[in-house]
Amino acid sequence: MSAATKPASTEAALTMSGAEVVLRALKDNGVEVIFGYPGGAVLPIYDALFQQNAIRHILVRHEQAAVHAAEGYARSTGKVGCVLVTSGPGATNAVTGLVDALMDSIPVVCLTGQVPTHLIGNDAFQEADTTGITRPATKHNYLVKKSGDLARVVHEAFYVAKSGRPGPVVIDLPKDILINKAPYTEPPIAAHRSYRPQTEPDAEQIRKAVRLLKAAKRPIVYAGGGVINAGPEASRLLTEFVRMTGFPCTNTLMGLGAFPSEDPHFVGMLGMHGTYEANLAMHGCDVMLNIGARFDDRVTGRLNAFAPNSKKIHADIDPSSINKNVPVDVAIVGDAGRVLAALIECWKTEDAPQDKHVLTAWWRQIDEWRTKDCLRYRQSGKIIKPQHAVKRLYEITKELGRETFITTEVGQHQMWAAQYFGFQKPNRWMTSGGLGTMGYGLPAAMGVQIAHPDALVIDIAGEASILMNIQEMGTLAQYRLPVKVFILNNEYMGMVRQWQELLHGGRYSESYSAALPDFVKLAESFHAKGIRVTDADDLDAGIREMIAYPGPVIADIAVAKDENCFPMIPSGAAHNEMILGEDQEGGVAGVTDEGKVLV
Amino acid sequence: MSEAGNAQRAATIAVLVENEAGVLARVIGLFSGRGYNIDSLTVAPVDETGRISRITVVTSGTEMVIEQIKAQLDRLVPVHKVSDLTLEGPHLVRELALIKVVGRGENRVEALRLADAFRARVVDATTESFVFEMTGAAEKIDAFCALMRPIGLAEVSRTGAVAIARGPRGLS
Repeated sequence: MSAATKPASTEAALTMSGAEVVLRALKDNGVEVIFGYPGGAVLPIYDALFQQNAIRHILVRHEQAAVHAAEGYARSTGKVGCVLVTSGPGATNAVTGLVDALMDSIPVVCLTGQVPTHLIGNDAFQEADTTGITRPATKHNYLVKKSGDLARVVHEAFYVAKSGRPGPVVIDLPKDILINKAPYTEPPIAAHRSYRPQTEPDAEQIRKAVRLLKAAKRPIVYAGGGVINAGPEASRLLTEFVRMTGFPCTNTLMGLGAFPSEDPHFVGMLGMHGTYEANLAMHGCDVMLNIGARFDDRVTGRLNAFAPNSKKIHADIDPSSINKNVPVDVAIVGDAGRVLAALIECWKTEDAPQDKHVLTAWWRQIDEWRTKDCLRYRQSGKIIKPQHAVKRLYEITKELGRETFITTEVGQHQMWAAQYFGFQKPNRWMTSGGLGTMGYGLPAAMGVQIAHPDALVIDIAGEASILMNIQEMGTLAQYRLPVKVFILNNEYMGMVRQWQELLHGGRYSESYSAALPDFVKLAESFHAKGIRVTDADDLDAGIREMIAYPGPVIADIAVAKDENCFPMIPSGAAHNEMILGEDQEGGVAGVTDEGKVLV
Repeated sequence: MSEAGNAQRAATIAVLVENEAGVLARVIGLFSGRGYNIDSLTVAPVDETGRISRITVVTSGTEMVIEQIKAQLDRLVPVHKVSDLTLEGPHLVRELALIKVVGRGENRVEALRLADAFRARVVDATTESFVFEMTGAAEKIDAFCALMRPIGLAEVSRTGAVAIARGPRGLS
């Protein structure tokens, strides 16, 4: 190999500092943008950043937001998100974001500064045991103690973050390692010695699955975030498979967009706030195909009553997700896209006939459930129903036809967004599912907008959640990111209030949003536009004004204060014990003490 | 999965890991974080370069929990191989113990007699103490310690179990 084809190898590379090696490795791994916040331990990287143009740095206002922004970037592009924070408080502030990415399987590489190697363990200024703290918060982490390891570790971190079930990876970088000269080697590195996740499904398991599915009388496809993580082709294959088989399809919160919501085979989201038809179809199915979902407690309800008379097929890239909560009959380990491709292929070649007639009976049943119209709400008078606000937001964005991305905070508004905003494509919906992190939506929207500068990016928020990372309005202003913050303002931590109403005798302990800011003035003080809508008749105009404005906007929508989010499967209840909106008067009967223990 | 899913069983699990900083903390953190039992755990490098370590962990739980433990171990990035020796067939389990017995007179004679019967070796002696070294199954060491207790058992140090499958098949 000549020096000309590999200019960065050994000899020549020793002219680079560790910080320069890090940036070169990021660039060679496709990083174009990094979200970060400087500090003493990472000054060498900031100095190197200053002297190059390949990687754009976005200065956030809090390290938690840097990770959420990287998550938003990753989820809307399918690429690995990248974060740079300093040692000590920089790293500890990032922890919430890291756990969020871990729970939702989002590929993120987070570089943390560290005190120089000779001071590690001495309780030095801004020292924290970052690898110790982040060990259970990441998929994997590294502390680089030798300059010679630097390039390899960065390359490996990207491989680990995006391979198999994706997740966050931390690289802890002592300051002396960043300053000292270090050798550079280009990717790709040799195959990882121990981490080689299985992506190709076992053919025999696929055959078993297809045989079960062909004989099914009441089948359902239950698809989750794994399909989105497997790339847009997996979503296309899911759609093809569902249409080919004629099965009903439901998506988890994380899977919204993996299957087009406007397709007649779609029965809506399932789980605690899922649709009546999705949950009853899950409860009544005889064969369930779970692809890239993990039988989360929000989805299953009471485990011993979950889809009691069904054969279950579970395809997941992470073998530890299989048989964790729910024992299954056919386990398929593999990438969701490969699994779907194999299922389609096998469906076409497997001889067993499919009895379309029995499927008609199943659809008749589902259509009957659909007539409940479980997401019905009554919008009358001047007070804006939160459901109506989301529904109008969806209809208006659809009418405008712009590429639209939605992020959310956590709570009632999040569930209403999931219920009333339709997604036809993957990677358009970013929400904190597993960890349920209030304060996720605004920084995530920043990350999405950086990746898609011309798209319409809306954070559907609550007035309580938005205050958890409101400082990021400064980042929007600095980079002129035209993110729209659409606040459903009911002056309550609505989901807390709802649980207190339904399960704690209406004692609204500390759930009222007292002393709220004037969001219009708040927006203006951050150089953004502020809009407040209090009358249902002004809602559409407010939404249109928000979308039309070329810069960042906070739209503060005053909504009904005591609206509850239905349908709801109370904790500890089964899918067929769902409560609907019309039942809401008089509280919820039948929540057991065991159920109250659950979150 | 059978309906008898609540029956507990013990499992001796061998794990080959990359011998890197923090790998033991990862394994232990996995057990504590997810609420699994550790009855014993041993670790040492086992290849000629010192790059691979073998962890032997003895745990217990329902079949579903043990399957979960193995799957969770296997997805740790530095883990090469996870093997459930209990499930996979005949295997040897051994533990090493150093046992200090302090006493004079007839008790010393009795201690030596019992040690002989248990094939424990004297590895240190003074006029008033012995240190015995013994290898065997955990139950054998338990039994030996129980017999020594009334005649001057002063201190015990045990390694925890190491294990290997019988027959020609290797783990790597």
